[in-house]
Amino acid sequence: MDFSLTPDQQQIRDAIFKLCEPFDDDYWLKKDKAGGFPEDFYKAVADQGWLGIAMPESVGGAGLGITEAALMMQAISESGGGMSGASAVHLNIFGLNPVVVFGTEDQKTRMLPPLIRGEDKACFAVTEPDAGLNTTGLKTFAERKSDRYIVRGQKIWITTAQVASKMLLLARTTPYDELTKKTDGLSLFYTDFDRSKVEVREIPKMGRSAVDSNMLFFDGLEIPVENRIGAEGKGFQQILHGLNPERILIAAEAIGLGRAALRKASAYARERVVFGRPIGQNQGIQHPLAKCWAELEAANLMTFKAASLYDNGKECGAEANAAKYLAAEAAFHACETAILTHGGMGYAKEYHVERYMRESWIPRIAPVSMQLILSFIAEKVLGQPKSY
Amino acid sequence: MKVLVPVKRVVDYNVKIRVKSDQTGVDLANVKMSMNPFDEIAIEEAVRLKEAGKATEVVAVSIGVAQSTETIRTALAMGADRGILVKSDETVEPLNVAKILKGIVEAEKPDLVILGKQAIDDDSNQTGQMLAALLGWAQGTFASKIEFDGDKILLTREIDGGLQTLKLNMPTIVTADLRLNEPRYASLPNIMKAKKKPIDEKTPADYGVDVKARLEVLKVTEPPQRQAGIKVESVEQLVSKLKEAGVIG
Repeated sequence: MDFSLTPDQQQIRDAIFKLCEPFDDDYWLKKDKAGGFPEDFYKAVADQGWLGIAMPESVGGAGLGITEAALMMQAISESGGGMSGASAVHLNIFGLNPVVVFGTEDQKTRMLPPLIRGEDKACFAVTEPDAGLNTTGLKTFAERKSDRYIVRGQKIWITTAQVASKMLLLARTTPYDELTKKTDGLSLFYTDFDRSKVEVREIPKMGRSAVDSNMLFFDGLEIPVENRIGAEGKGFQQILHGLNPERILIAAEAIGLGRAALRKASAYARERVVFGRPIGQNQGIQHPLAKCWAELEAANLMTFKAASLYDNGKECGAEANAAKYLAAEAAFHACETAILTHGGMGYAKEYHVERYMRESWIPRIAPVSMQLILSFIAEKVLGQPKSY
Repeated sequence: MKVLVPVKRVVDYNVKIRVKSDQTGVDLANVKMSMNPFDEIAIEEAVRLKEAGKATEVVAVSIGVAQSTETIRTALAMGADRGILVKSDETVEPLNVAKILKGIVEAEKPDLVILGKQAIDDDSNQTGQMLAALLGWAQGTFASKIEFDGDKILLTREIDGGLQTLKLNMPTIVTADLRLNEPRYASLPNIMKAKKKPIDEKTPADYGVDVKARLEVLKVTEPPQRQAGIKVESVEQLVSKLKEAGVIG
């Protein structure tokens, strides 16, 4: 067991930190206040070829694993970009994996290179108001009409739908009550975001205002049949394929955010002098910081264990879920501790930790709740009866 | 035009150095190592010459332990074409580095060698000058700007009180100062390409150089802790304190 990064992996981390240098805390503070997609940051990432990190070399990617992708996303977040920086590119890193795995050669060459070059931005339209984690209960319907599908329905919590030019859409193609197997009947599409047929409403939210979250209302969106990925009715299985990598990336991003918060808190504790000595000399300040470090690094080990299992083609469901759970909680504690270490200043926006705190709620809630993760582990690892 | 750029593996500039308890040197165990920042500037300049169509090939050389390959890979990811590793587990002193580089220059026949002006570990600032002397080539040290004037180089260097411009005959030795350029960071496609670029492995003996140390390090110590200062009430008090300290007469 060698826990150290390879020189290549270290180089990826270093290169991302350098790339992120111009996009410092003040940049993200401004974005948080004013909103608006971080286009210049996105362009820098795309121009340097990073969006293709986990895509096959045949379509212009780097062909690296989820381990490297996680390192990249963690470094973006850790640089101070937090979930704003990470979410701006997150979906383009691994979201299109179903196209890589299930797409035809024509689809791969048509869909992936423009995404890697940063010309297309994709959003991921899965969750619905009446079906969150219960994906097989999706209602948005894509009705087949000769060589195309016509989509009607709604989606919620669709990230970057304000700026996306493409969408990966999961929609029902067979009514639920006509199914013999309830996990069938959903199909996956990657298609143009035709705004004349899809109304997009942004959801005002607690944090990460630079990267939008939206409600989508589909009213007759037309999708040519050649934009369906894989077989009709097998969309759920295709989406499942990408869930573990998704959790691993989110976990890595959360740890990056927690480290950023801990870095700020540690610096402040060293510099802030009260009663004639730095507050960091008090164990009441030191110990919570040290505890955060321990929690973050433990979560990091689980995250990269899951990534390593995935890259070696092994089952990683329990580890990927545990990593997401541990990382989200550790990041949250780190942000909370960072604010408490700063005292009143922690509540002021210019010290950045309150922004981190608001963003740390995202990995706690998305893409799956802590409770469902615990139910999953209880069932799959500990052999308890299924509870949901 | 072929450009040779030596790159050194040193303790990363962000790392807080610790002296070994037996005072024989600096603790390198589990310390992050990177390319010497001035060498990054040298590589960047060479790659820019290549991109401008002036250089045809950029060769990166590193002399040191096996892990110096990583430093060469960084240079390759920035845009160098191939690498040469001269492997040595000994500490190679500047004169020996210059002798090995002389051997490489004779084998590779570059038109230009760009070095960092100094390495941030020993701060010797000797290798470039010694290499120029051994080769009998012109040298332009502490370059802050490099331009071409026909087959000559116009080199700007920062000196006390202003800028000095030298006209150098080729082939020549240039050492890079901080303001020559701002090195790029490697893009992902270039990191991937760098893995496939060739690195030759040599030893000092291949160039007939014995790397035995000529200098003996007596001891390495931490700089003395700075003492806290005092606050003075007035200019008069300041002057008298300075007189007391013997700083002014």
